[in-house]
Amino acid sequence: MKDLFSILLLAMFIENFVLSKFMGICPFLGVSKKTSTALGMSAAVVFVNTLASAATWLVNEYLLKPYELEYLQTLAFILVIAALVQFVEIVLKKLVPPLYKALGIYLPLITTNCAVLGSALLNVERNYTFIQAVFFGFSAGLGFTMALILFSAIRERLETCDIPEAFKGMPITLIAASLVSVAFVGFSELVIK
Amino acid sequence: MSIVIPVAVVAGLGLFFGLCLSFASRVFAVKTDERIEKVRELLPGVNCGACGFSGCDGMAEAIVNRGVHPSKCPVNSQETVSAISRLMGLDGESVTPMIARVICQGTPANVDKKYDYQGLQDCHAANQLAGGSSSCRYGCIGLGSCMRACPFDAIEIEDGLARIIPEKCKGCGICVVECPKGIIRMVPADMGYTVLCANRDKGVVARKSCKVACIGCMKCQKVCPAGAITVEDNLAVIDYEKCENCGKCEEVCPQSTIHDILHERVPA
Repeated sequence: MKDLFSILLLAMFIENFVLSKFMGICPFLGVSKKTSTALGMSAAVVFVNTLASAATWLVNEYLLKPYELEYLQTLAFILVIAALVQFVEIVLKKLVPPLYKALGIYLPLITTNCAVLGSALLNVERNYTFIQAVFFGFSAGLGFTMALILFSAIRERLETCDIPEAFKGMPITLIAASLVSVAFVGFSELVIK
Repeated sequence: MSIVIPVAVVAGLGLFFGLCLSFASRVFAVKTDERIEKVRELLPGVNCGACGFSGCDGMAEAIVNRGVHPSKCPVNSQETVSAISRLMGLDGESVTPMIARVICQGTPANVDKKYDYQGLQDCHAANQLAGGSSSCRYGCIGLGSCMRACPFDAIEIEDGLARIIPEKCKGCGICVVECPKGIIRMVPADMGYTVLCANRDKGVVARKSCKVACIGCMKCQKVCPAGAITVEDNLAVIDYEKCENCGKCEEVCPQSTIHDILHERVPA
């Protein structure tokens, strides 16, 4: 239990995918304009990240390791993730239409997101067990959610701020993103015992 | 030989997933209405979003499933509208195009200022400060949020008041949603007579806040031969389903609130 809790802290704060590892920056900047879209995207990331962590762990353990093909991880994982998301999308569309609608366009969008591939590769690199790997994927998704919602709130506030002409739009967004990231550096010294 | 296994593994993975997916797409196939596809092809396909849906796909879905009329798409030509209407079994010819109209005459000559607003030049921002600087809390703020939202440049700010240029308005309704006061209404494009007021205060209070406010005197309601005008919450409202555009209401209005906005410039 303690072990899982430390993974949660690690994935959400110390190694927040977006703010400390700089993975998944595209959706972080792309869909953080409104809190509602940020929520949709985050839900998709949590969902896909958890599933992908499980699937890639299995593929690595039972297919790549026996043949000593660990160097194919990146390639194999991309294949697995893409196929998995496609499959899940088809199944959801048929069986759980409300969830399919809620995740909407974000589900296919995040297929090629490096945050998902990143968590899969980190799982392998750190020799996590199956449970740990799935939980790490889930926590990383939660960390992404936190970052995205925090940032979308900031951007909604920025909308009504008096910003110098030259900084309007993307420039001020990037500056704000860097400041949020700097704030998260504070967590990097956190040591879990 | 060492190259065979990795190639076989990756190829096997690909083949396996491919089979899985094609199998899944058969088993879990969702029947979609083929009309959506057809309507989608007829729509302009520019995904401008002026209809209020998420692009042309959303619009096509709304037309088929939710009964939204194809003329909601402001970019559609008349031919496209009737083509889609035929496909959907609708009567395409009897559609009256709608245009937006600002129902306020709160020019500086008619309303007073509560305070001098110097903040962000945006109606939403001004509205948060005691509902804007105008003495009428229902009226146009005049900072042009609707003008900036309009994708067709059909709105101008004139004398502190938003005005919709009928020739340019395509009836997309974006301004209706944008206006924080909710004083832009969609009306049939051929109907001129409009109650140019949104004030729901009692007569005396309304007259104090604006010289040309509707005071709810009921004169128009009584004189209307078609029974199209009703006064609710101290405000006259014209039901354009019944209105015959005769203009009797304008003649009796003591406050000069009702005008034929298509054929006369509203006296400021």
